[in-house]
Amino acid sequence: MMEDSKKQRRSGFASVFEAKAIRNPFTSEYSIFCLTILYFIALTPFTPGLASAENAANIFSNMLPLLIVALGQTVVLITGGIDLSVTSTIALSSVIGAMMMTGEQGLLGGSRWAAPAAVIAMLLAGAVIGLFNGAAITLFRMPAFIVTLTTMMFASGLAIWLTESKSIYNLPASFNSIGKGSLFIVPNALIVAVLVALALHVALTQTLFGRWLYATGHNAKAAEVSGVRVERTVRLAYVISGLCAATASILYTGRMETGSPVLGQRILLDVIGASVIGGTSLFGGKGKVIWTISGVLFITLTDNSLNMLGLSYFFIMMVKGAVILLAALLDAWRNRLFVRS
Amino acid sequence: MSRAILEYNKIEKSFYGVRVLRGVSFVLEEGHILGLVGENGAGKSTLMNILGGVIPFDAGRMVLGGEEYKPRGPADACAHGVAFIHQELNLFTNLSVAENIFITDFPRRRKWWTAGLPLISRREMKSRARPLLESLDLGVEPETLVENMRVGERQLVEIAKALSIEAKIIILDEPTTSLTTRETERLFDLLERLRAQGVSMIYISHNLGDVLRICDDIVVLRDGEVVGAGLKSEFTEERMIALMVGRTLDQLFPRREGEISREAVLDVVGLSQPGVIEEISFRLRKGEVLGVAGLMGAGRTELARALFGLDPTERGEVLIDGKPVPPAPHGRIRSGMAFLTEDRREEGLMMEAGISDNVALASLPSFLHEGVRSIAGFLKQKEITTAISRVTERVQVRGAADLRQAVNTLSGGNQQKVVLSRWLLDNPSVFILDEPTRGIDVGAKSEIYRIINELAARGAGVLLISSEIEELIGLCDRILVMAGGRITDCVERADFDRERILRSALGGMSKWESA
Repeated sequence: MMEDSKKQRRSGFASVFEAKAIRNPFTSEYSIFCLTILYFIALTPFTPGLASAENAANIFSNMLPLLIVALGQTVVLITGGIDLSVTSTIALSSVIGAMMMTGEQGLLGGSRWAAPAAVIAMLLAGAVIGLFNGAAITLFRMPAFIVTLTTMMFASGLAIWLTESKSIYNLPASFNSIGKGSLFIVPNALIVAVLVALALHVALTQTLFGRWLYATGHNAKAAEVSGVRVERTVRLAYVISGLCAATASILYTGRMETGSPVLGQRILLDVIGASVIGGTSLFGGKGKVIWTISGVLFITLTDNSLNMLGLSYFFIMMVKGAVILLAALLDAWRNRLFVRS
Repeated sequence: MSRAILEYNKIEKSFYGVRVLRGVSFVLEEGHILGLVGENGAGKSTLMNILGGVIPFDAGRMVLGGEEYKPRGPADACAHGVAFIHQELNLFTNLSVAENIFITDFPRRRKWWTAGLPLISRREMKSRARPLLESLDLGVEPETLVENMRVGERQLVEIAKALSIEAKIIILDEPTTSLTTRETERLFDLLERLRAQGVSMIYISHNLGDVLRICDDIVVLRDGEVVGAGLKSEFTEERMIALMVGRTLDQLFPRREGEISREAVLDVVGLSQPGVIEEISFRLRKGEVLGVAGLMGAGRTELARALFGLDPTERGEVLIDGKPVPPAPHGRIRSGMAFLTEDRREEGLMMEAGISDNVALASLPSFLHEGVRSIAGFLKQKEITTAISRVTERVQVRGAADLRQAVNTLSGGNQQKVVLSRWLLDNPSVFILDEPTRGIDVGAKSEIYRIINELAARGAGVLLISSEIEELIGLCDRILVMAGGRITDCVERADFDRERILRSALGGMSKWESA
């Protein structure tokens, strides 16, 4: 009896494995990572400087803040929602932080507590925006799309109004070093990104929150019937997304040494696109930290390589749009496969 | 002399190997109203869905107006003059009356400059709808939105739709359940007028009094077979009930060991939500299987949802082991309650997720590491895995090579076992099972019966909601009968009697309607 079931299990594993290998490589978990490497190898001979250490550093520094935002977005996408307000969160948070610590006129300008206080305030701004999104979505059962779209408009407007559309310079060096400096040879931004990615990976795989998050995305009704605190889970997801956006804002603001009310306005498509390219489903229930890292790597590399080939910004936009559309198509196609089986 | 307009001849239908119709034959005469009665699951709806072209039949033949009839779909049935008025009306409530009537065949504009363009002529739509509505004495304008109308009026819109296609046969499925007494009278007047005009109708209802009043002929179905057919004058309510239930018990139900304790595990006192359930009070003891019988719409599922905290209640108390329970489902789960929903797909399972994720779902909080016992807490992953494989072995979930396999690859019976497993992990003391055997085959059914018996033998209290009286009689120690949101009877095992249960389920309904 025991033997029998063991045998059955083994053959089961084997068949699952075979099925995976035979199936289209696009549906495999790490397909995007492999694709990225292939793309890199294929383009290296035609693109002088693509494989240089200098460029690799460039790719990483471009990728890190984007990665942090995309990870937050992934958490929200797993619930079946979407967070469009991340770019405005970056801008507003940047402005708030900069206004607090800039040179002499800032709220705490010159004080040695300026940088830590500003960091806390920036994170708080992200958390508050996330909490607002989450609360509006769960309490009033409004669609995430419209809630976060309006939050985006509001936060963006607020950032511009606060600064009268001017950038804020003269930030403390201790603050700028978070985004620019490095510990020995490791960039600080990399440390922050790795910490965020690790924390989210653990949260998604090891905690009650993680299980509840996937359950909510798969079937919120069934989750509720099974005692999952669906509303609490969704709210927390948006708070995490807001916090991630604020963290990215700290890195961006430090790197540019500027508080800008239009910071990060162009990255929204990259953020959602990277998650979806990685394999996170827009229908909810699926998504992993490692997938999103692959997605971000892919989109950054595309950006960088096309740039080095001397193509215009607009052409790169067109290519990226096409790639993201393809990824979304793949997602819809995978979902249909599931429904059919 | 009337002639046959529709003839069923030895119609057979099986779903997943279960025979639902076993050679059904009867005749509908032109200009007659035929009453079709039978218990839930007797095959009435299947029979009508076949006539309405919703599902195909396996064998036998149908003759409609002298010609062989085999509808390819609802639209084809419509073209043959068969109109189906479903119990849950099939109207688009956001559209107007006229739009609903002509939804499948909007009149086009026919001026020379619009010829060939897909433009709807609202004027013609209105002018054609108006006489139809007048003939039904329905005093509303064709532009009225359906959502602004009462249920009784909506029913008449469905009939107007049937008349617009010049239906020869109209099927009415439980048309009076949501109507007031006056609306029912109006509907009956209308049906009699239509009959005088030569329209034939099939009238399905659990309200036997109505059937005897309005119908000319009566057909009684039981287990997919015709067990009685004839003129109305040959039937009484008593005889119909006897025919509907007259059947012997199968050996499907193993008798369980173990005593019922005198201790109550669940007490429900005066639970009410106006219009849904009224003054529900009962006591469930340890080791007891308490059945809940009733017809569709009697409030059984609503009671289950209220007990589990999914739907609000205005008054009343729910106590487990004498202590009041918290309001929301997660709180009730913590107090030891488990709930198996009747809608497995929508509310029970995450269809694309794996078996283990589905099984673990409800008991995750009890696998938290000490320390942080909140949403941010860490889970004991290994213990979860062991517990899951133990419980899925106990209920014998089959058809999976690996516990990560998605549940949508399993059969209905095994899916149901996955849902059951979910609730076994934490050893709850109260199980609320809403139609646990719906849509699963006989083999899986008997396994689920075995699990229910096992639960009771271990001292849990089980509240079993079922539409199959056999199941209740076979498994339960007591049966509550519900009708119109109230408990109308409570039958002890020694007094189990199909006729009494059915009468309480029916009797309560007519009492409720006249009130």
